[in-house]
Amino acid sequence: MNKTINQKAWFFVIPVFVLVAFNAIIPLMTVVNYAFQETFGNNVFMWEGTRWFKQIMLSERFHASLGRQFLFTFIILFIQIPLGIAIALTMPKDGIGVPICLVLMSMPLLIPWNVVGAMWNIFALPDIGFLGHSLNALGFDYNFTQQIGDAWFTTILMDVWHWTSLVVLLSYAGLQSIQPAYYQAAEIDGASRWAVFTKIELPKMKKVLTIAILLRFMDSFMIYTEPFVLTGGGPGNATAFLSIDLVKMALGQFDLGPAAAMSLIYFFIVLLVCWVFYTLMMRNEGNQ
Amino acid sequence: MAKITLKDLSHSYLKTQSSDADWAVRDVNIDWEDGGAYALLGPSGCGKTTLLNIISGLINPTKGDILFDDKMVSNLNPVERNIAQIFQFPVIYDTMTVYDNLAFPLKNRKIEEDKIKAKVYEIAEMLELSSTLNNRASGLTADGKQKISLGRGLVRSDVNAIMFDEPLTVIDPHLKWILRSKLKELHQKINRTMIYVTHDQTEALTFADQVVVMHEGQIVQTGTPVDLFEKPKHTFVGYFIGSPGMNLLPCEFKGGDVMLNGKKIETHTKVKSNNFSKTEIGVRPEFINFSSDGIPVKVLSVSNTGRHKIVDTQSQSGKIKMIAKASEDIPSGSAFLSFKKEFTYAYGDDWIIE
Repeated sequence: MNKTINQKAWFFVIPVFVLVAFNAIIPLMTVVNYAFQETFGNNVFMWEGTRWFKQIMLSERFHASLGRQFLFTFIILFIQIPLGIAIALTMPKDGIGVPICLVLMSMPLLIPWNVVGAMWNIFALPDIGFLGHSLNALGFDYNFTQQIGDAWFTTILMDVWHWTSLVVLLSYAGLQSIQPAYYQAAEIDGASRWAVFTKIELPKMKKVLTIAILLRFMDSFMIYTEPFVLTGGGPGNATAFLSIDLVKMALGQFDLGPAAAMSLIYFFIVLLVCWVFYTLMMRNEGNQ
Repeated sequence: MAKITLKDLSHSYLKTQSSDADWAVRDVNIDWEDGGAYALLGPSGCGKTTLLNIISGLINPTKGDILFDDKMVSNLNPVERNIAQIFQFPVIYDTMTVYDNLAFPLKNRKIEEDKIKAKVYEIAEMLELSSTLNNRASGLTADGKQKISLGRGLVRSDVNAIMFDEPLTVIDPHLKWILRSKLKELHQKINRTMIYVTHDQTEALTFADQVVVMHEGQIVQTGTPVDLFEKPKHTFVGYFIGSPGMNLLPCEFKGGDVMLNGKKIETHTKVKSNNFSKTEIGVRPEFINFSSDGIPVKVLSVSNTGRHKIVDTQSQSGKIKMIAKASEDIPSGSAFLSFKKEFTYAYGDDWIIE
């Protein structure tokens, strides 16, 4: 087929271009502006080149928060994906149980982030919170405001509570789309429950799981509000993930240059990981 | 290897049943002889698939028993019943190779590796899948996938029966023909009971020794293709099988005679009872001739199929189709038809009167 060349077609792209420019490119440009210059206010800028980037890349503080960030993301993915699949598998396939389960599962997703943080803060307080008080009453020495391990435990538990539902709902949708004939054929073929899971359910859920992992990776990698309200990044810097550290740097210390450079590096890490992940998944698809 | 008996079998997908229509399958009594090639024929929604799933154990019937060689199997699962079943749409295990797909039912039954290999190669050869054995199954076309499904059903040699649920729906016509003859060939070779569900009469009549016709959840007739053609026991069999189907004309039963518009028609058997709400006379277009005296009709149209002519006529009791030889001259306007007595039947409430 020959494509007609018509330069007027560019007109149709303009609205999208303008929209993207205003909500993404132009704000990002101001960050780029700060990332390469130094300013003392009054709109006076001095060119600094790549100094801020070098500073961030070599800073131990950045390495530490990046490490914490990766650790946190991997832990929650490691828990939420299998747990989400497991819950989806046990959910009823038809009847009145379906809407009940779906509503229950959607609940945590509908709660605003800062409310989740506040809820868990109160819930986990060692002296008056239900969780904190109970754990201490059971003989555990639990105090998430003082002990690093407890702070991590609480943050991870909160994220699992808040977001596992998303994995559940996506997995459930994937499971529901499997034709009954597959299960019947497996029954005839004498497949074990495990074989049904690994040979039918998991492969059929692959697409939705790819989306689930991607979404959970991005969201958890950019997490800010919940740990900020829960622990404020503490004790010390123990739960200061990238976003929290970034805000501390930008608004707490007013180091706009390094903070802008860090934003860009942060952004590129997210972009890179998503791209690598997506490409790998799609290449796999092509092989089939 | 087993004779399969269904006894007073009924199944409903509803919790409570108030009328006949609530049953997907009702009052089925049938023996499937060991080693027979059966076709289960009927229109969509008549309960064929339900009946198949009941035999294989995927569905537990609401009422009735299933026996294999006079042994109750109603409470056994599909694996214990040792049945192979092939579904309408291809079911393949995406992540496995073609070889692993075919070997899967055998592996699950812990059969030795070299036996599996021999069997898989044999089946792959038969289905012309040998060249793709090491490919991933998900990359194949719909044809190829359905061949894998077929192969998985055929790979176990010790099964009690192999059941096909409209397996060739997704296959293109040319290949359909080849695969069907392959199945027929295979049946002669391995001599297993095969039950082949279809709504296509050609498929049923070419595959099976015995055709079981289902209508609204009931088995209306079981017989050879010739039986079904020459002596339909139910009006449904009459018009479902044959092209064009049987002529069914409203008539009256009077003192043992069948009267069509006041004219006595000779039928295969005498009518003994008069107790019907619907009385019909049935005769296939193949068994009608033009004659000098008989049922007066007006010839409406003639279509020549090449092998023969199909003549549409209008009688006082309704339209009558007849088949004439391609060489025969067809009178125009008024004519008289006569029915061959031995192939003309009386039906009371849709069932044949014998």
